[in-house]
Amino acid sequence: MSINITLIGQIITFALLVWFVMEYVWPILFNALEERKKKIADGLAAAEKGQQDMLLAEEKAKGLLKTAKDQSSEIVSLAQKQANAIVEESKDTAKKEGDRLILAAKAQIEQDIQQSKESLRKEVAALAVSAAEQILTAEIDKTKHLEIVEKISNRL
Amino acid sequence: MATEAHAAEGATGYIIHHLTPLSVGEGFWTLHLDTLFFSALLGSLFVWFFKTAAENATTGVPGLVQNFVEMMIEFVDNQVKDTFHGHNKLIAPLALTIFCWVFLFNFMDLFPVDLLPSIGSVMGIPYLRVVPSTDLNATFAMSISVFCLIIFYSIKIKGFGFAKELLLHPFHHWLAIPFNILLNFVEYIAKPISLALRLFGNLYAGELIFILIALLPAYIQPMLSLPWAIFHILIITLQAFIFMVLTIVYLSMAHENH
Repeated sequence: MSINITLIGQIITFALLVWFVMEYVWPILFNALEERKKKIADGLAAAEKGQQDMLLAEEKAKGLLKTAKDQSSEIVSLAQKQANAIVEESKDTAKKEGDRLILAAKAQIEQDIQQSKESLRKEVAALAVSAAEQILTAEIDKTKHLEIVEKISNRL
Repeated sequence: MATEAHAAEGATGYIIHHLTPLSVGEGFWTLHLDTLFFSALLGSLFVWFFKTAAENATTGVPGLVQNFVEMMIEFVDNQVKDTFHGHNKLIAPLALTIFCWVFLFNFMDLFPVDLLPSIGSVMGIPYLRVVPSTDLNATFAMSISVFCLIIFYSIKIKGFGFAKELLLHPFHHWLAIPFNILLNFVEYIAKPISLALRLFGNLYAGELIFILIALLPAYIQPMLSLPWAIFHILIITLQAFIFMVLTIVYLSMAHENH
């Protein structure tokens, strides 16, 4: 249990061990650790950034969706309005056309009536003239006269 | 193993046999071959293990070995960072070496007391003391190395201030110089002695108790040696930790200017 030369041997061993660890073990492992720490920190930062980006994108998408919805509803209401207007307009034109057709028909009828009245008048006039002619030609003969009148009246 | 065959002087002989190192040489020039062999073996084991881990170290996902080694590195590094605020690339590796080496020294204590000596006697080795930290030479080797480093860094960092500190601390008066020198001498000498004796005493006592338990009848032995061994797992780790932390503390004190 005494102190002896073993002490020197142990000191040499110890010094060698410490030197070896200091030169060849500690720096390598420590650097690997530091590097991994950095890597992890970078990864975490990137993940956080990604998440933030995603949130931003989501927000943006929400905004886009909202505007699109607004736009589409606007378009729909506009189209509805337009459709209503078109329907109204076509109703109007149809009515007008009908009125016009009715008027035209009425005018046609009027014209026809006038025409037939005219022709009737003309015919009556011609008949009257011819009747007068006949009467004038057969004035002397009463029987003939009568006969003629009867004839005309028959023709009527 | 230990049986009733150990009579009164037989028991004493058994204990003495277990505590006698395998040595060559006379007087001061005695070499404790077992201490040298086991400490070198354990040191090589430690260095080989860490070197292998360092060579295979990746910055990606670590394997089991690397994980363990990195845990140790981080543990030691945290201890160093907690107490030492200067810049010194020696202290952390020194602390790691001390912790692992002392732990492995102490771990030899957990082998059954008769296992390795029996194997040794079969191979023709008469004495074998397997726990290097039960040899004062092993513990003093470390504590004296640490002491030399304390002196070295005190002079290197403080220079003239170190001499001033020795002369004028704690009593700042020229009349108190002899008294201060005495106080500081005791303070500095106490550091390596307490470091070495604390570890040696604890492990020597622990080993002695294992030997005493081995002297008891075989049916009692497990009931005593098992709890003692489990308790010893705590002790060997604690002693390694204390040695490491005190080394860091002493060296950081050597770096501090007053």
